[in-house]
Amino acid sequence: MSDVKKVLFGPILANNPIALQILGICSALAVTSSLKVSLVMAIALTLVTAFSNFFIAIIRNHIPNSIRIIVQMIIIASLVIVVDQILKAFAFEISKQLSVFVGLIITNCIVMGRAEAFAMKNGPAMSFVDGIGNGLGYSAMLIIVAFFRELLGAGKLFGVEILATVQNGGWYQPNGLMLLPPSAFFVIGLVIWALRSYKKEQVEEPDFKIAANSRSQEAL
Amino acid sequence: MSSSNDSIQKTIIVALSLCLVCSIFVAAAAVGLKPIQNSNKDLDRKRNILSAAGMLEPGKTVDEIFATVETRIVNLETGAFATDAELNEAGINPATYDQTAASKDPQLSQALSGENDPASIKRRVDYSSVYLVKSEGEIDRIILPVHGYGLWSTMYGFMALKNDFNTVIGFGFYAQGETPGLGGEVDNPNWKALWNGKEVYDDQGEAVIRLAKAGVDSSDPQAMHKVDGLSGATLTSRGVTNLVQYWLGKEGFAPFLTKLRSEGAQ
Repeated sequence: MSDVKKVLFGPILANNPIALQILGICSALAVTSSLKVSLVMAIALTLVTAFSNFFIAIIRNHIPNSIRIIVQMIIIASLVIVVDQILKAFAFEISKQLSVFVGLIITNCIVMGRAEAFAMKNGPAMSFVDGIGNGLGYSAMLIIVAFFRELLGAGKLFGVEILATVQNGGWYQPNGLMLLPPSAFFVIGLVIWALRSYKKEQVEEPDFKIAANSRSQEAL
Repeated sequence: MSSSNDSIQKTIIVALSLCLVCSIFVAAAAVGLKPIQNSNKDLDRKRNILSAAGMLEPGKTVDEIFATVETRIVNLETGAFATDAELNEAGINPATYDQTAASKDPQLSQALSGENDPASIKRRVDYSSVYLVKSEGEIDRIILPVHGYGLWSTMYGFMALKNDFNTVIGFGFYAQGETPGLGGEVDNPNWKALWNGKEVYDDQGEAVIRLAKAGVDSSDPQAMHKVDGLSGATLTSRGVTNLVQYWLGKEGFAPFLTKLRSEGAQ
């Protein structure tokens, strides 16, 4: 039981795919300008990761080593196409906003990473849980980033006005930068900093030490 | 992993069966969900028509409002409404006419090249849908489909004109793939609002409406024919100018609008 718990909740704080493994950054930058879109993206990615892990784990003992990446890609791609079709049928507005990013789940490093690192070595049930767990870790990060970006960039949460903006006769001057993708870098950076201050073991050893007060002789 | 997995035979069998299973799975999803997706697309097109004409009202469904809009087919060559006989011959049903598909069909469109094709659309349809909004039997506003190439993509939109068939009351794209934040600003509501009240034709009846670089000076005598260009998106702006001038010009809807102005709609 504790194993399941560790696999399911570990990726949220202790081993977050975005904050610690630094995977899946590109979609985290692109779709987080509003909470609603982020939430749909998070659900889509969680489902794809879980099911691709599940199916890959089922056939893991039959996958020839020489084509294993291709096999994983085919399963992931099929699932993503199905998710895309379902979104187009039942959440058309959101699928238009997500546009190409649903398709790009195929290349999301988290899905591929979990398939290769976990599903190839574990049973279907555990792999499914691992997929959900990593999806939740991704979702948590996406929602935190989207919360700050939508609130500070548009004064809204889920499209509902929280801070009355100047355009609508309020007091809040929205920060346009927060609506542009680079702002997600700042928010993710700050979250990683907060996370590593809380969980010191995540801090990495520096690769090299910067010498104190060094000067280049040539420059003088 | 057993070594038998790596034999050529096993590799081929696994690859083939996986492809088969996945393709059935994907095809089933695509085919099964197609009807719902199509009705979504249809609804989206109607919503865009209404939104260009400024007719969306909260509390009413799109279908309810769209019921008051009349869809007609226009022969772009003659500038007249297509007769039933003409439509039968061409095999067009006004309610389901798919203009995007028709513009690829050699039977229903003609090739354009070089100078004749400022909007880079390659083929122009012979028959185009137009949408009429009537009040008390008279045309109140008219909505025309337009499309053309920007920087990266073909942009599809609707332009709504007042019943003088000259003054713009709404313009917007419903499909475009321009650079987000630069050319993609064609979807910006503030920019779209600038089109309101602009006039398409000059005194000679030429479609002269265009985007102006560096903004429109209100003291300019031509200001009513000019809309602010998009900053940082010269090529998208040029594309918008070309497609609007093309579709409202002699090759596009100008003969039809001239006819409407003089005869009224029958």
